[in-house]
Amino acid sequence: MHKKPKKYSVFSLIRNAVSYHENWQPVWRSPEPKKEYDAIIIGGGGHGLTTAYYLAKNHGLTNIAVIEKGWIGGGNTGRNTTIIRSNYLWDQSAALYEHALKLWEGMSQELNYNVMFSQRGVMNVAHNLHDVRELKRRWHANRLNDIDCEWLNREQVKEFCPIINTSPNIRYPVMGATLQRRAGTARHDAVAWGYARGADAMGVDIIQNCEVTNINVKNGQVTGIESTKGSINSKRVGVVTAGHTSVIANMVGIRLPLESRPLQALVSEPVKPVIDTVVMSNTIHAYVSQSDKGELVIGAGTDGYTSYSQRGGFNIVEDTINAVVELFPLFSRMKMLRHWGGIVDICPDASPIVSKTHIKGLYFNCGWGTGGFKATPGSGWVFAHTIANDEPHKLNAPFTINRFSSGELVDEHGAAAVAH
Amino acid sequence: MFLIKCPYCGEREQSEFSCGGEAHIVRPKNPPDLTDDEWADYLFMRKNIKGVQFERWNHSNGCRRWFNIARNTATDEILKIYNMGERPPKIEGNDLKTPSGEPEIGSGNISTSFKKE
Repeated sequence: MHKKPKKYSVFSLIRNAVSYHENWQPVWRSPEPKKEYDAIIIGGGGHGLTTAYYLAKNHGLTNIAVIEKGWIGGGNTGRNTTIIRSNYLWDQSAALYEHALKLWEGMSQELNYNVMFSQRGVMNVAHNLHDVRELKRRWHANRLNDIDCEWLNREQVKEFCPIINTSPNIRYPVMGATLQRRAGTARHDAVAWGYARGADAMGVDIIQNCEVTNINVKNGQVTGIESTKGSINSKRVGVVTAGHTSVIANMVGIRLPLESRPLQALVSEPVKPVIDTVVMSNTIHAYVSQSDKGELVIGAGTDGYTSYSQRGGFNIVEDTINAVVELFPLFSRMKMLRHWGGIVDICPDASPIVSKTHIKGLYFNCGWGTGGFKATPGSGWVFAHTIANDEPHKLNAPFTINRFSSGELVDEHGAAAVAH
Repeated sequence: MFLIKCPYCGEREQSEFSCGGEAHIVRPKNPPDLTDDEWADYLFMRKNIKGVQFERWNHSNGCRRWFNIARNTATDEILKIYNMGERPPKIEGNDLKTPSGEPEIGSGNISTSFKKE
């Protein structure tokens, strides 16, 4: 057994400060893979790590490996715009994302790791009559599902976010907005590190720089994986590889309704605090918030073609910046410092798949598309339940692969508040 | 962003085009006999390949004509452009070394060496 990690506190901070911060223990171990595990999770992003964490915590399954081809926090977990909210239209999605939001609210305490979760509110802006009707419909649906949501008129929008341009004479004037006050942002890689530390403390092996090259199946039952660090046996394999889900699925001939596309984001030079909330707009297709370092974090839309290249088209960035500058004219002379793309797996109904497959012991958690970050703890919670019991949790029962045959799609195309 | 050489108009920016998704998906000949699973497979399921993928593209902000592209989705290199109705071409060259094309340590995309035409 390995040593339990030391608890972080103000005392440990002082103790380590006097030794010039040279004696902090590593946040997680770097073990070599064992021959066999009770469960293997492919993909060490947020969703994979939370799956391992809740398998250990809720279901007592600690002999687990998380296999990651790169490093922890180096994939989409570190490439998103960190927005967390639960104001989804349909009952199925609302229940799943609200469960996740409740887990976010206690996360830093539970993990003894500051994920910098900040409930600064998320405002979805309406620019035309159609937007107003759609957002009001979502507002009412949220209230029926016991999710906090408010409608703001133009004056209230201006009051809540004073730097927004509410002139009626711009191309897409602000006509109102919904506001979820419990929504907000978090430090994305801290989430991955915190869950990695928590899972590792319960005995989960986190194996980085190890790519899965094949999945072994015998008589319709998973028997293990082949990897760049050799073969590892397990009767249960959970696949949580986001944009690369189809790459894994193609190894075992499973057909999924996914298309992988680049989704871009960019970050500006740091400035003094100017915007203390998250503003999203569907119609003009932009979302913006300000990080604790002072950078504006701006999200764009997906590129309209399949690509695994982790970079997208400049025209998408240009469209997004046009929209941001119209809404916030004071940003017009700011310089953008960094820009990147992540590969997101998009489902035809813009809802995830958290499901068993026809191969026994093989489970998929994918299709989160452009909005997976907010679901990180909830996704792991229900996927761990699915793997441990070989049956979906009631929250992910509507999100099986079979819905594409039965026609019970959960159409959340409007939910991302940016059109895809 | 990349450039696409429209067979009818010449080289233009990708933003002038729309991707119509995976090519060579044949509509089933016997629709009334299909099971729900078979319909789902035809309507929704996609190969979504990392590597050489055959796709339909439309020059939607130009001549509005359709054509096929063989494209390496790992690098966005266009390998061959061919007409609608033609069989998928054979592309010669080396594929990704591992399924996701990862180098031994770290993450990121490594190049492939498919022959361009």
